[in-house]
Order: sequence, then C-alpha cells, then structure tokens
Amino acid sequence: MNLCNFSIHEAQALLQKGEISSRQLTLETLERIDALDSSLHAFLYVAVESALSQADEADRKRKTMDAEKSPLLGIPLAVKDVLTVAGMPCTCGSKILEGYLPPYTATVVRRLQEAGMVIIGKTNTDEFAMGSSTENSAYGVTHNPWDLSRVPGGSSGGSAAAVAARLVPAALGTDTGGSVRQPASFCGVTGIKPTYGRVSRYGLIAYGSSLDACGAFGRSAADVAQIFSAMAGCDPLDATSQNIPVPEIFLETSFDLHGVRIGVPKEYFIEGIQPEVEQKVREAIHKLQMLGAEIKEVSLPHTEYALPVYYLIAPAEASANLARYDGIRFGPREAGENLWEVFTRTRGERFGDEVTRRVMLGTYALSAGYYDAYYGQAQKVRTLIKRDFEQVFREVDAIACPVAPTTAFPIGAHGDDPLAMYLEDVFSLPANLAGVPGLAFPVGFDINGLPVGMQMMGRHFDEANLFKIAHAYQQVTDWHKREPELQNR
Amino acid sequence: MSLSIEEVEHIANLARLELTDAEKRRYRVQLSAILEHVAQLQKLDTAFIQPMSGVFSLENPLRPDEAHPGLTTETLLSSATEKERAQFKIPPVFE
Repeated sequence: MNLCNFSIHEAQALLQKGEISSRQLTLETLERIDALDSSLHAFLYVAVESALSQADEADRKRKTMDAEKSPLLGIPLAVKDVLTVAGMPCTCGSKILEGYLPPYTATVVRRLQEAGMVIIGKTNTDEFAMGSSTENSAYGVTHNPWDLSRVPGGSSGGSAAAVAARLVPAALGTDTGGSVRQPASFCGVTGIKPTYGRVSRYGLIAYGSSLDACGAFGRSAADVAQIFSAMAGCDPLDATSQNIPVPEIFLETSFDLHGVRIGVPKEYFIEGIQPEVEQKVREAIHKLQMLGAEIKEVSLPHTEYALPVYYLIAPAEASANLARYDGIRFGPREAGENLWEVFTRTRGERFGDEVTRRVMLGTYALSAGYYDAYYGQAQKVRTLIKRDFEQVFREVDAIACPVAPTTAFPIGAHGDDPLAMYLEDVFSLPANLAGVPGLAFPVGFDINGLPVGMQMMGRHFDEANLFKIAHAYQQVTDWHKREPELQNR
Repeated sequence: MSLSIEEVEHIANLARLELTDAEKRRYRVQLSAILEHVAQLQKLDTAFIQPMSGVFSLENPLRPDEAHPGLTTETLLSSATEKERAQFKIPPVFE
C-alpha cells in the first residue's frame, strides 16, 4: 500500500492499530522524496538521519502515550525554509544565509515536535518570502506537480508542491501577502493563513512584521485543522501573539451549512480574471448554497487600493527587518577594505533582485521627506481596508472569493516585469492588511488540468468557522482527492 | 513618478547596497514604475483617518522582572564569520 497517500487521520488510524510504524511511514516518505524531488525541487534540505530517529522516538512514545490525545504523533511534516529548526540549515531561499545554522527552533515547529510530528526537512521559498512563484529562490525554482513547466505559486511553493505531490501529508508555510493561499490554489491543496497574532512568529524570519502569519498545508481541511490546533496560541516569546484561546475544532460528518451567511464581494469578480477561475469559484459558492448557506453579494470598496498599500508597507517593514543581514553575526561575509564595504558588498552581492527592489522601495518610502506621502498614507488607507471587512462581517460570517486571478502560470512568464507579478496578489493581499484569517481549498480544474482554488475569509480568530465550511464542501466534492501524475525519474 | 540615478544611488547608500551601473539603471526603471503605481493612494482623502500601524492595538505585554535561562554566548557566537574571545570580530568602525 502506498503509505504516502494517506491523510493524517488515515495514517494515524493505521499507526494506532499497529499496522504500520512511524519508521515505515518515514522511510517511505524519504524514498518517495528521493524518487520524485529531483524533478520538483520542493526540498532544499532533507533531514534523513534526524527524521528516522524522530520516527523511532515516536514509535517508542506510542507505547506509553495515550493514543487518543496524540493525533499527530509520528506524522511527517515539511517546514518552509523561513522557519528555524535548530540544527537544520535555514537559508530563507537566499545566498545571504548560505550555510546558516540557526541555534533555536521556531515556536510553531517546537509545538508540532512536542505533538510528535517528524520533521522531514526544509522546503523551497521565494527569497525571504518575497514573491508569488518561488522563482525568486536563490536555489532554483520549484516545479508545479500538476505541470512541471509551471510555477507552484509562492512564496511557500516548496511546501505546497510537497503536499500536492504526496511527498508529505502536511507542511508549514507563511503568508504575508498570500504566500500560503496562492500556492495552495495553484497546487490543488488546502492551506490556512491564520488571523494575525494567532500563531507565534518566534523563529519565523521576519519579512513584514505587521503582516506575517505562519500557516499550514494539507490535503484536506480536516488535516489542516489538526495542524492549526496544535500550532496556534499565545507565546510569551512573540509580543504580538494574542491571548485568545484556541478552540478545539470538531469537524462533524454532517455537511449542513444552514445558519451560515456567506458574502460574495463584487470587487473580487472583475475583468481580467481567467474565466475558468471565476466559473469554478461561482460553482463552489453555489454548492455551499445547496448545503444550506445563505449567499449574499457584499462590497469591500477599498479592494483596489490593497496592492499599493501592501507594496508600500511590506517593503518598508522589510527594509527594516533585512537591515540585520550585514555579514557580521551570521551568514557569509564578503571581503571589504572597511566596514562600509563589508556591508554594501555582502548585501549587494548576496541579496537577489526582488529583495533588493523591495528593500530599496521600502527605504525610499520611509526616507526623510517621503514618509508621510508614502508610508504614512498607506497606513491610513490600511485602516480603511480593515474597516471594509469589519463592516461586511456585520452582515455575513464568511467571505468567499478567488485566491488569485489565474491558475499556475509558466515558469518565466513574468520575466522582467515585477509589477505584473505583483498583480497576481490582488485578491490575497487584503486579508493580510486586515489581519483576517483565510482558508484556500481546491474547487476544480481549468482546461489545462491546473487546479483552481477558492478562499474563505473570516472574522478575526474565527478559523473554526472557515474549517467547518471547507470541510462541509470537501464531504460532497472530491477535488481535494485528485492527484497529479508524476513520473519517477 | 520617475526616479533619477542620483536618487537610486542615495537609496542604495541608505540601504547599504553596492550596485553595479547596470543594476542602477535597471532598478531606476523598475522602481519608478512601481512608485507610479502606488502613487494612486494620493487620490484618497485620509484627513480624518488614523494610521494603522498594526492589526490590533497592543500595549506592551509586561512580565515580572525575573531572570529566565536564554541562549548562551557560545550558541550566539556559533554562526559568526569571525570571532575572538567571546566577541564578534569586525573591521574597525572608526578609522
């Protein structure tokens, strides 16, 4: 039997019955990665020995632990390479952290390790999580398992591809402007971007501190909900994490959505969207209506300003967060006659183009004489965007819309045009600006067999409702069970 | 909104980035295009709107002033390019 095809629930059932061991599951995972990852390049680092010893540890623990209370024990997990795991390299997809070994583990990873998950390795990412295709990785692009000539989305492309290709049942990602939801959509998997402050950012190498959120990928809402419950919650090591209790998410087998009010925002169904994307999303909304949900058209009037607001705030925050990469305390150091040259050469030579662009944009937006007009104004418009959501959530409980205007585009399609790439994010950015949670899940395929995703956005801290809606949908559809055809090399 | 090469050089200095001439020319064009796009925010009247610096208004979460174990000096120096006697070794700050 192909162990890698099982969901977390299914794998756990077999582990608990003793029909398989974590060691077997992990071995098969590693073999599958060995066979398939050379064509995908989802992984930057595979922790072969450490994974097997973690698996053995899980098998040992199983004998004494209460199986009911450990749904994640012995289950493999991949981690996006912007989250630190002590002893494993952390490159952030950048040459400026080449060879860097973090001395500490991110809280989200530590919590999942404590729950018994087996950390398989680190996945590919756009450099410092800046990008929408994983093409900005300094270590090569990841290929979409559904069509190897296409991007998996970004920036968490490696994690999305690893789950879609059935290399691992679950993977961690991060979402600052859509970097979990968009690759989930492009790869046909389910991905959560939690509410800002819901999941600790300790150990998440910072890009945009008011926007970053740690999220997770799985092949179903049920699986993702499990990971979310274990990773979420206040952390004294992250002063922006909120002290709001994380509910236990019980996903019932009933798929009755009576009482749920879903808003369809008209600003997300505009010209320029790939027709099949709109079609599949509308069909999915109709399906939710069949399950009893009340559907109403709503308006988020400041949607069109999300892009300029984001591309001022995120680069501004990035310019401050990336100032620490100077070749002094960590990472490689370029030679220089003096300190100035060490700084400017290390950064000039080792940051990639997109990171350089954003650092410069942010530096400009914050510089004397320009601060009020650019960054200051962006912060005010951000308030207006957040208010749009607060208004809408007085009338509905969740918002349904596309994740991206297109399905996965070919590698190289946006070549030299950064702005064209930024336009991929128009529907995903607002959630990060408002801090609301978003859950992406597959709702069909386009004429080229590429996955189409939909996202549900919810009130702050109401992830449970989003999982409930997606889970109901996944009980009466099977898009999330489809598998890409992959050739062994 | 078009940036001049001098402005690009000024930004690169502030951000401590050494750029080649070809890079300066390329970024000048790309950054100008992006700034042109984001300038549309000027259209909005935000005279009475509060800036949003973070998703939730936070007060500093304080804790009792008790010492807790943290990362050791050895751990923190482990990634240093050059070190000497429990210190990071760098080129002189002042000549």
